[in-house]
Amino acid sequence: MEFAELIKTPRVDGVDLHRPFMPTVEGTLCLTGHHLILSSRQDNTEELWLLHANIDSIEKRFVGSLGTIIVKCKDLRVIQLDIPGMEECLNIASSIEALSTLDSVSLMYPFFYRPLFEVIEDGWQLFVPEEAFKDLESMTDEWRLSEVNKDFSVCPSYPSLLTVPKDIDDESLCKAASFRHGGRFPVLSYYHKKNGMVMMRAAQPLTGTNGRRCKEDEKLINATLCAGKRGYIIDTRTIAVAQQAKARGGGFEQEANYPQWRRIHKAIERSNVLQDSLIKLVEACNDQSHSMDRWLSKLEASNWQSNVKEILTTACLAAQCIDREGASVLVHGTEGTDSTLQVTSLAQIILDPACRTIRGFEVLIEREWLQAGHPFQQRCAQSAYSNGKPRSEAPVFLLFLDCVWQILRQFPCSFQFNENLLIMFFEHAYASQFGTFLGNCVAERVKLQLSQKTVSLWSWVNRPQELERFLNPLYEPNNLVIWPSVAPQSLLLWEGVFLRWNRSTKCLDEACQEMVHIIEYNKELQNKVNSLRRQLAQLETEESPLQTP
Amino acid sequence: EGHIQTLRLDCVEYVKLLNKYAEKKSALGTLYLTATHLIYVEQTNNARTETWVLHHHIVSVEKLPLTASGCPLLIRCKTFQLLHLLFQRERDCQDVYQSLLRLSQPVKEEELYAFLYNPHQNEEDRRQGWEFISVANDFSRMGLSNDYWEISHLNKNYEICSTYPSILGLPKNASVAVVTGSAKFRSRGRLPVLSYYHKDTKAAICRCSQPLSGLTSRCVEDEQMLQAISQANPNCPFIYVVDTRPKLNAMANRAAGKGYENEDNYSNIRFQFQGIENIHVMRNSLQKLLEVCSMKSSMSDYLTGLENSGWLRHIKSVMDAGMFLAKAVCEERASVLVHCSDGWDRTAQVCSLACILLDPYYRTIKGLMVLIEKEWISFGHKFSHRCGHLDTDPKEVSPVFTQFLECVWQLSEQFPCVFEFNEHYLIEIHNQVYACQYGNFIGNCQKERLDMRLHEKTFSLWPHLLKNQHLYRNPLYRRSLESTVLRPSTLPLHFKFWCGMYNHYDRGMHPKQSVLDQLLSLTQKQEEGERTMTELQRLAVADGVLPDPSGPINTPTEQDSPSEKTPTAPFVQSNGSCLPLVNGDAEEAGPGAEKCIDKEGAEPGATEHDLTSSEDKPVSVETEHSKEEVQESS
Repeated sequence: MEFAELIKTPRVDGVDLHRPFMPTVEGTLCLTGHHLILSSRQDNTEELWLLHANIDSIEKRFVGSLGTIIVKCKDLRVIQLDIPGMEECLNIASSIEALSTLDSVSLMYPFFYRPLFEVIEDGWQLFVPEEAFKDLESMTDEWRLSEVNKDFSVCPSYPSLLTVPKDIDDESLCKAASFRHGGRFPVLSYYHKKNGMVMMRAAQPLTGTNGRRCKEDEKLINATLCAGKRGYIIDTRTIAVAQQAKARGGGFEQEANYPQWRRIHKAIERSNVLQDSLIKLVEACNDQSHSMDRWLSKLEASNWQSNVKEILTTACLAAQCIDREGASVLVHGTEGTDSTLQVTSLAQIILDPACRTIRGFEVLIEREWLQAGHPFQQRCAQSAYSNGKPRSEAPVFLLFLDCVWQILRQFPCSFQFNENLLIMFFEHAYASQFGTFLGNCVAERVKLQLSQKTVSLWSWVNRPQELERFLNPLYEPNNLVIWPSVAPQSLLLWEGVFLRWNRSTKCLDEACQEMVHIIEYNKELQNKVNSLRRQLAQLETEESPLQTP
Repeated sequence: EGHIQTLRLDCVEYVKLLNKYAEKKSALGTLYLTATHLIYVEQTNNARTETWVLHHHIVSVEKLPLTASGCPLLIRCKTFQLLHLLFQRERDCQDVYQSLLRLSQPVKEEELYAFLYNPHQNEEDRRQGWEFISVANDFSRMGLSNDYWEISHLNKNYEICSTYPSILGLPKNASVAVVTGSAKFRSRGRLPVLSYYHKDTKAAICRCSQPLSGLTSRCVEDEQMLQAISQANPNCPFIYVVDTRPKLNAMANRAAGKGYENEDNYSNIRFQFQGIENIHVMRNSLQKLLEVCSMKSSMSDYLTGLENSGWLRHIKSVMDAGMFLAKAVCEERASVLVHCSDGWDRTAQVCSLACILLDPYYRTIKGLMVLIEKEWISFGHKFSHRCGHLDTDPKEVSPVFTQFLECVWQLSEQFPCVFEFNEHYLIEIHNQVYACQYGNFIGNCQKERLDMRLHEKTFSLWPHLLKNQHLYRNPLYRRSLESTVLRPSTLPLHFKFWCGMYNHYDRGMHPKQSVLDQLLSLTQKQEEGERTMTELQRLAVADGVLPDPSGPINTPTEQDSPSEKTPTAPFVQSNGSCLPLVNGDAEEAGPGAEKCIDKEGAEPGATEHDLTSSEDKPVSVETEHSKEEVQESS
């Protein structure tokens, strides 16, 4: 298919672009295969380059022959284009609609994008399971790297290499896989160096209504327990939801079959409910009404903050079991690709200081989200302005980022990165020139040949020029476990994302600059003081023999 | 400890202070009652925790039903601290309950802490302390007297208006007859007088109480008074008359012979209601808010509770009114006359807020003192009644001043660089207003204070705050923004719950690392570094290491004027609120935190306090020796 077929009018002059808190720009609107471009053709004025993939929905309005298109983006921005001429406007609108809803992944921009920078470090090599395993091996010899899934046949949503208990052979793994939803048998997610406890993740067991059991599955997870120790199974669903799952062949671990495990149910919402929550929240944030009651009741009704609280609470619980109780943990919900990953990845941020560095955080996303098979393409197909019935869209990853932001806000000196990094990941998960978030699992990415045909997001982010933007000037490495507060008063609305386009950031940017200035100036001063001290000390030692009479 | 022992009135052992979030078990401790404080001391292993609460800060003491573990006593404070004590013997509980009831509700002014508190100052210091902040000086700073306005001593004996200050700013062309006539037509004689004069536009903010217009009355002098105010501004042909009350309330007042200005009787006025609710609504709203914050609730209950309390709606209504004034003055160059009923609650809130929006001076540490002195203390905000200093009518109590401080905090969240002070300053002022440790907030108006001879018998708070100003500085403050009018966004979503105030004592809710504290310590390090640098350079020059002493780093101006400043825009406009890393919630570590660190491991520290005369005695401080992992690290 040629993009040209979809572009009915490639160019319109005299288009007005309206954006909140920015002056109106008049210019020429161009449509290309992947971008909507508005250029005033004047120096010093910013051009608008918008990926079609970033467009969530559009609205058309006409007043006389002047058409208006409201473009609502996945990054929550809303812009308005005033286009002279009804026909042009209709053409542009239908082209944008077609181009922003392309079904085929291989037509997406990352396959066409050629970087204007030299790739120094290939981001596709950021996380190498073999190397991560070497680190683990240096701490414990109880695990092995299994190739049982090398052709993705045991579990299509798992990567080819998986860390499993040493004593469990591949045959048992296959049997355990057949007992877990989507073949997602329990695998290692995190090893807590401090006390050797582990966090595993899986999908729900397929016990069904007649209480099926699987010896291999039981053996597999028991193999992670020390003698005489009990572990915790954290089921991210309420007991009621888990009970209902039995009717559809799913279920939960029965006490009788897993006597060494204590099961705790939490109440993280399922992904389809979360999409609704996002839509309501963004609607509330865009409401320009001046009624306080209306805002607070809409905020409450969106349930977004409740979701943040529940996810963080569950992550804290998992971290607590590991660090405070000294117990191993297995986390799962239904499919093991959404709430499960929210919990395991957040627990690691709480427990493991390495995850609070930029690189560590990237590796965490690569390991616990991309390789672990979070279906990014399905979940991020639409954002808060989707008006159709949601299929499998859900802001699971955005909620995770929101939770990370909450922890970052409470521990502003413990993260190497700042909020900008989180916002950038949110943007790229929904629309990007990079291939990182394409596809739903490793198997799909291999098939799409992403690592050969597209550029990795990490290749770009990790360039020193880019990294600077994401550095937290207050960072002081902190090797401790960080326990966030989950009291409602402690959890704030993430303004950086949800009010991003509804506020002017001038004052906040100034504050940021000022902070950097104070820190830099201090460093400089200390350096100068030290060097002068050294010089003087040196002089003293040189002169002292002479001075002694 | 020796001192606590000697000064104690009462002492009960084996008392538990329950932690709301009962993660750690409470140990047994000892409760001391002194003439001024309740002190709870807990000794576990090698950590000693002292919790000091000033009796004046206690708003209620409640005996809860007996439980298996003992007799609980719930103490609520005006600083929003909650103490949940558990006694083993009911007798002890009853005794403490009785004592606290008596100690926390003094009947006569002379019983207030300020009358026995002495910060080791001599009479000269005391006098200078009281003269440190002067409303008259602020009039000159604004440019009074000038062609249009003059400072009048007509009220020097408080005869025209007993609740007004002795000096008043009045339009030059208002005759004595007009002034006195207008006063007679205003509730409690609170005639229209100058609150703030905006030099650039020549527009003025004036304040008064409601007119005694009833259904039909009018007063020529009052009409002439408004005319005089209007004529004092050559830049605008009309004045706004802002009634800060909801229209219904104002109309109800008409039936009682009061009310609001009839536009037909006054020439060139534009009349406007603002809809700020009365003190009773505000009191109830705070009550509901505090219920919400003290509960361990779900997110949904919390947000619903926040909404139902109406608190943020009221804060927004005050902010909206303040904005209206500021806009009228700076955009329309129009003068504004503001009133509510008596003109000492809502009027004070709105006028002082407008001053902060318009004039950067009031955003400095000293400027805020001046503003509070001017708009609140001298204009007769009834601090004694509103704060319930004495055991008087509980219906007079209302958090009007607290709301003003919160509005300032909300502004500081939207404009992190324009205030010289930080959140600790606002919270400290709030605590001091209720503490009655200094004389400033005792009494209901200037005349009362004079009659009480407060300047001879008590000390002023302001020098004390100034002495500790290093704790209250905002490291991000940028003087370059000085000449700007603030235009905050008043969309509801830009108002936040002030956790640092209403949950101040719930340390667990606050960020575990504070950006503010971090930056404050950097600023301090910087000052030390600069001193060292100067000293080293002096040595280096002497030793011939350095030829030229004026290194770039040594220029002291540099820290005040960070290079490459953006040119100052006429307005700082923001619809934003919080910078993630510098937002207010990250700054919520109140003054208690520093004190907590100061005292770490230093048991005798507290015992050295002389309970009646020590100057740095905590007003209400909870000292903790936290074993939180991260706090150890920071």
